[in-house]
Order: sequence, then structure tokens, then C-alpha cells
Amino acid sequence: MNKQKIIPSVNSIRAGIQAMKDDTQFTNDRLRWISNAKGFVITMFRLAIILGICYVILGPVIGIISSSFFSDADSYNPMVYLIPQEPTLHRYKLAAQYLWYWKTMGSSLLYSATLMILQVVMCSMVGYGFARFNFPFKKVLFACVVVMIVIPTNTIMLPLYTTFTRFDVFGIIQAATGSPVNLMSTPVPMYILTAFCCGLRSGLYIYIFNQFFRGLPKEIEEAAFVDGAGTLYTYFRIMLVNALPSVITVAIFSMVWQYNDTFYANLFLIKEEIIISKRISSITGSISNIEKILDPNILELYLDAGIVLVMLPIIIIYVALQKQFIEGVERSGIVG
Amino acid sequence: METVKTKKRKKRSLSQRQALKGFLFITPWLIGFIWFYARSLLMTVQFSFSEMIVNPGGGYTLDFVWLDNFIYAFRAHATYKQILTTSLGNMLVDVPLITFFSLFMAMLLNRKFKGRTLVRAIFFLPVILNADAIVDAISLSRVMMSGGISSASAEMAASASSGMSIEYYIQMFSALGLPEVLIEYIAGAVGRISDIINASGVQIIIFIAALQSIPGSMYEVAKIEGATAYETFWKVTFPMVMPHIITNIVYTVVDSFAKSDVIELAYDTAFGPAMNYGLSSVFSLVSTVITCLILVIVCGLIQKRTFYYN
Repeated sequence: MNKQKIIPSVNSIRAGIQAMKDDTQFTNDRLRWISNAKGFVITMFRLAIILGICYVILGPVIGIISSSFFSDADSYNPMVYLIPQEPTLHRYKLAAQYLWYWKTMGSSLLYSATLMILQVVMCSMVGYGFARFNFPFKKVLFACVVVMIVIPTNTIMLPLYTTFTRFDVFGIIQAATGSPVNLMSTPVPMYILTAFCCGLRSGLYIYIFNQFFRGLPKEIEEAAFVDGAGTLYTYFRIMLVNALPSVITVAIFSMVWQYNDTFYANLFLIKEEIIISKRISSITGSISNIEKILDPNILELYLDAGIVLVMLPIIIIYVALQKQFIEGVERSGIVG
Repeated sequence: METVKTKKRKKRSLSQRQALKGFLFITPWLIGFIWFYARSLLMTVQFSFSEMIVNPGGGYTLDFVWLDNFIYAFRAHATYKQILTTSLGNMLVDVPLITFFSLFMAMLLNRKFKGRTLVRAIFFLPVILNADAIVDAISLSRVMMSGGISSASAEMAASASSGMSIEYYIQMFSALGLPEVLIEYIAGAVGRISDIINASGVQIIIFIAALQSIPGSMYEVAKIEGATAYETFWKVTFPMVMPHIITNIVYTVVDSFAKSDVIELAYDTAFGPAMNYGLSSVFSLVSTVITCLILVIVCGLIQKRTFYYN
């Protein structure tokens, strides 16, 4: 009895297993579950990494912003974390006063904006020249552009310094006024350098423009040529308009880097009244001297407020243009 | 007269006229390069072989001293050799880390997911916030982050215990039989993660652009042939971004060189109380030559293994 009962049941189990194996619906479900679970784990992993790194980047920025609102009591209270109990705008008031905020900011923005326009016009012209025309020694000359990118400006800072302390063009200025001019402590050296494409990271911008222009179809210019447009007209009204993504990229890069730059500002001894990024480094000193605040922790709060004030326009520009900027970077030719 | 003129003009062929136009377009840069860059490089070399005496009335005279400045820098100067070797060491450690980290991040960011624009905007923030004063303040703020300012000392105390946990992990991994050098390298990298993130903004941008320039058909082929994600990475993605790895290495090396202590030393030597232009030129010249050598060697090594699609 028993035997007979068991044998069919084993058979039926086998049949069941076989049926399961044959059941494509079940297998498909199983595979889908596995791949779903895999995808979920990978997504969570990616999310964790991205969130973590965003925190590492944003953390200090948030810290600076929040501590710039701290009052004295908050900064001594170990229970206060990020959110001040008695928020105060006092830091901003003093920081703005000692930065001479509106005046310095205005001239600083003017300085970097004019240099930015110069960079875009000159570097795009040179990039266009390299991208579209064939002339002797082109490869050698372009190698020189790469040399400009690779060799850091620090190597040539001394000659630049001596050049601009006794600035002269083939002795013309000496003949006219009796002695070469000293251009130190004015922004003029920076304008001269930028006008001749030797400004802050000009090599990189030439490279970007060159790559972008090379990617544009040649038919555009041929059509313009057939329609009787001159070279300059073609360049300014047709090519530059088509190169808008790379123009935006270079414009943002040069504006921001120029605004943040302290190397050239220190080298040419440009006055603090013109460049706010230089002024910010002396703000704690002047506040502690004049306001008689000696606690370094409290001074740090003023520095934080000053930094928020200095970074504000850059952040605004970046947030306003970040979509165009990132798309421009991706489409324009940083990549060859 | 008129006809002669036009005849003369017509003699130039189209390609010659194009060449002339091209030259006109690059003239501003050419003048600048020769006037400021090439001349300055030569002057740096000249300075490094001579002693500069600044005249009281302005101007200077150069006194040719042959190799004295170099000998002084390497034999007598108190800190130069040490600073040079540490900066070079840091550079060599950082370059592979930054390169691989930025490739990894670019691959993460290249996928489509919700809030991608926001995340990208955050990732490029370090590129925007790179002013010296701000970088200093941010690194200080990072120390202060865990609480009000008064708790900074408390954090100092706490970091001792976290140091213990790093020791624990190091011991655990060395018990697994991993080589100690590798573990310490990785532990050091984790410790400096924020520096690495801040230094790799532009590199991430370059890699994202590179990844987007890979034709999608390549991935389709790989998929049809049954390649796994791992194989696809090593056989498709990696060879295709290889040329940009060179670009990134060049950028990273130059960038870390420009921020290194050697440059600071050179700056202080020239514009500090010593006003020693010759010595300062030696400092910058030697480190520039070394950087260029490193670049040439690294690029040469990679270039051999690089596959160029076009």
C-alpha cells in the first residue's frame, strides 16, 4: 500500500518540478525579480555615493553660510549646530563696511567683465585662425599654444614683473616721456597681456575655441563666401554666433577665474580697491585692528560673512547660466 | 597703374590669400607669445644663471655667475630639496587618484537619473569656488563643521578615536593579506577625499564630454555580442576615453604644480625680504623642467597603449 502510494507521489513531484522548469512565466518572473533587485541595489549604491560626495562638496559651503549668521553667544554654545539660536546680521554689516562692498564689487566685476570680453574676442579669433586656415608652420605654432597651457605662469612671473615695472615698446615711450612707464599697481598689465592672448589661461581658451571651430561644418563659411561676405563679417556674424556654446563656456570660465584670481593681482600689485578677492584676505586684520575684536573665533565669523558676500555674484551667475554652461562644456570642444 | 595693381593682387593664389588671412587672425597671439612668453622664458633662464643687482634709480644689472645659483639651491638652501621632493611625491600620489576618481564620477553622472542637473551643478561648484582666500576659509570651515566653533577642540579629541578606527580597518585588511603599501595609500586617499573631490572638477567635465562622444552603436554591438557591463567597460569605454586620460593627466600635473609649495617658495624668495631673483628663477626653472619630464614620460608610456578612434 505504502509503496504504491509513495511512487506516484515521487513521480508527481518530479512532474511538478519539470512543470516548474517548463513554466516560462515563472522563470521570466524569477529573472525579472533578480534583475530588479540588482538594479535596486546598484541604484541605492549610486545614490549613496552621489549624496556623500555632494555632502563633502556642499558641507563646508553650508557651514560658512550658517556660521556667518552666528551671534557671539551662538559661537560659544557647544549645543548650537548649523542653526543659530540668535541669528544676527551684524557680521554682514561689518564685513560689507570693511570690504567697501558696493564700490569694490562694482570695480571688481567691471575689471573681470572687461577682461572676459577681451578674452572671448581675442582667443576666439586666434582659435578660428588655427582651425580654419592653412599657413606655414601651423603645427609648430599650435604646439606653442600647448606649451602655453603646459608651462605654468609661475615660471615666467619674474620676467613679467620686470617687464611691466619698466614697460616700453621698442623704446618709443622712453623717447616720448624720457623714461619707461611703471605699470605696477594698475590693472593695465593685465589688459595688455589679455589683449595679446597671454592672460589668465588664454592658452586653454584658444584650445577650446580651436576644437569647437574645427567641429563646425565648412559649408557654413562656403555659403557665406559665395554670398559675398567678407572674412571678418563671416567670422563675427556667422561663426561666432554658431560657436555660442563655447563662447558661453569660455565666458564663464574666464569671468570666474579672473574674479577669483589672486596670483596676477599680487604679481602686478593691483590695488585692493579694484579687486575684491584681494581685499577679502585682509578683512580680518582690519576688523580686529579697528573694531578691537581679538577673539580669532569671532573674527572667523566676519571672514565667513565676507566670503558669502564675495561669492554671491559668482554663485548668481553660475546658477543663472549653469544649464547653458554644462551643456556648452559637453558640446564644445574641451574634448578633441 | 590700376591694372597693374589688380594684376599684382590676382597673382596671389587662393591658398596664399587664405594663409595670409590665417596669419592675420593669429597675429595678436603670435606677438603676445613672442613678446611675453618666449622672451620671459629666455629671461628666466638668464636670471637663473646670474645674480641680479637692483639699481637704486630703478632697473637692474645682471651679473653672470654661471651655476652658482643652482649649486646654492641644491647644496646650501635649507628647505628647497625637501619641499621639492615632497611636492613631487604628492603630485605622483595624487595624479592616479584624481584621474580614476574623476573617471568614476563621470560615469556615474553620465547616466540619466532624476535631479541630474542639480547634482552636476553641485559637482562643478569646486571649479567655481577656487579662489585662494576662499579655499583656505573652506578648509578651515571643514574643520569647524561638526558643531559650533567651540566644539573644534572637542572634535580634535574625537579625531583621536576615529584614528583608532582607521587603524582597526588597516589591521583588518592587512590580516586579509593585502599589501600594506596599497592599504595605506587607500586609507590616505580616503582621508583626503575632500581635497581630491575639489581638485577633480575640470577633469570630471572632460571625462563626461569624452563619454558622451562615444557612439552609442558601440554599446549596442557589445550588448548584442553578450558582453557584461564589466567587459563593456574595459573593452569599449576605457579605450575610448584613453586619449582624454592623457589630457586629464596633463591638466592634473600642471594644476598641482601651480598650487605646490615650490611655487610659494619661489614667490617668497623673489618678493620677500631676500629679493633674490636668481635663486627664485632656479626654483621655478628646475621644477618646471622636472614637471615637463614627468609629463613626457607619462604621456609617452600611455600613448603607446592608446587607441585613437579617429
